[in-house]
Amino acid sequence: MIDIIGLIFISVGFTFDVFGCLGLVRLPDVYNRLQAATKCVTLGTCSILFGTFLVVGFNAAGIKALLCMVFLILTSPVAAHAIARGAHRAQVKLWEGSIVDRYKEDKEGEF
Amino acid sequence: MLKKKRWLIGAVILATAIILILVRPFPFLFYPDLPYVGFLGRALYIIVLACLLCLYRIWKGPTGADRIVAIDILGIMIVGLCAILTISTNRSWYIDIGIAWALQSFISTLALSKYLEGKGFDD
Amino acid sequence: MRSRIVLFLIALLLWSLLSWMPDWQHLLVGVFVALLVAFLTGDLFAQRAHILRRLSRYKYFFIHYLPVFLKECFKANLDVAWRVLHPALPINPGIVKVKTHLKSDTALTFLANSITLTPGTLSVDIDKDNGILYVHWIDVKDKDIEGATRIVVERFEKLLKKIFD
Repeated sequence: MIDIIGLIFISVGFTFDVFGCLGLVRLPDVYNRLQAATKCVTLGTCSILFGTFLVVGFNAAGIKALLCMVFLILTSPVAAHAIARGAHRAQVKLWEGSIVDRYKEDKEGEF
Repeated sequence: MLKKKRWLIGAVILATAIILILVRPFPFLFYPDLPYVGFLGRALYIIVLACLLCLYRIWKGPTGADRIVAIDILGIMIVGLCAILTISTNRSWYIDIGIAWALQSFISTLALSKYLEGKGFDD
Repeated sequence: MRSRIVLFLIALLLWSLLSWMPDWQHLLVGVFVALLVAFLTGDLFAQRAHILRRLSRYKYFFIHYLPVFLKECFKANLDVAWRVLHPALPINPGIVKVKTHLKSDTALTFLANSITLTPGTLSVDIDKDNGILYVHWIDVKDKDIEGATRIVVERFEKLLKKIFD
């Protein structure tokens, strides 16, 4: 029974992976792509790892899967934040349909 | 016209994926006496398809930032691939590869975004 | 010194989880490695190690913060999936400015991570001196600083203030 729950977690995981990569292809600029891809792929991979833990059980591989899950939840938003900051400092333009850019207004004189 | 062509390409990719998933699981790296091998093999097909979408963004991305985003996402997704390989081959060292890949991918993403800022590495 | 002891305990726990099942040989090597790590990088780990001893913070973290965070995370994924699969791409993006009252580094890190994993928002930069976060929002509902603060930040700020400050 617990194996079936683990396999359901794995299927949710790869579905969200595919959605995230579809967003990476379809959305128009860097920041939107970063949003869609980071959210969907982080939750998808964490769900796959939790499913792995449920199927494998409390042995070496299961514990390592849990550790890897915690590590991914902690680090992937930090990586997204670093890429977004770097892209804005490298003056990558926002999509032309964007409404407002307070960051550029505030940082106008620094570059 | 361009939009119609894009939808056509998407439909072709989707049809290929569905045919591949329905026909047979991944033909190697599997031990047929382990449980759930058919399901996990088809799951590997879907994750490899998502990785191909990432590779499209790396190949086509108009700026460097797009490519860095795609590299980051590809690294996270390969961790999931390693986890599925752990179950389907019953070898527990695949998840070790996953942990090491996650660490190294995070550090390389930080270094690449530092490079993107244009300040060099020693800031 | 307290920070080094905390780092030593965490490193030993991590080592024994990575070399599961722990027996005495693994633990012996782990003690030496954890001592080395704590000696080299210990003073960077926690500036205010004394707040780790108060148990009510753990209660707030696990009972109040974590369920809210997981629920918002799942809602964020459904939201992104809906936007991506919609044929017309219903997005309305922009970078807005929000205010925060949190001061410590750990609290700001957790706030930025929570903002990134909740629906529609991604933290771009932090101005720590003035307590201002720049947030990329995929569907801008309010351009003002107060309105955006009310929608984006306030769900997490009270909880994080109780946990980390």
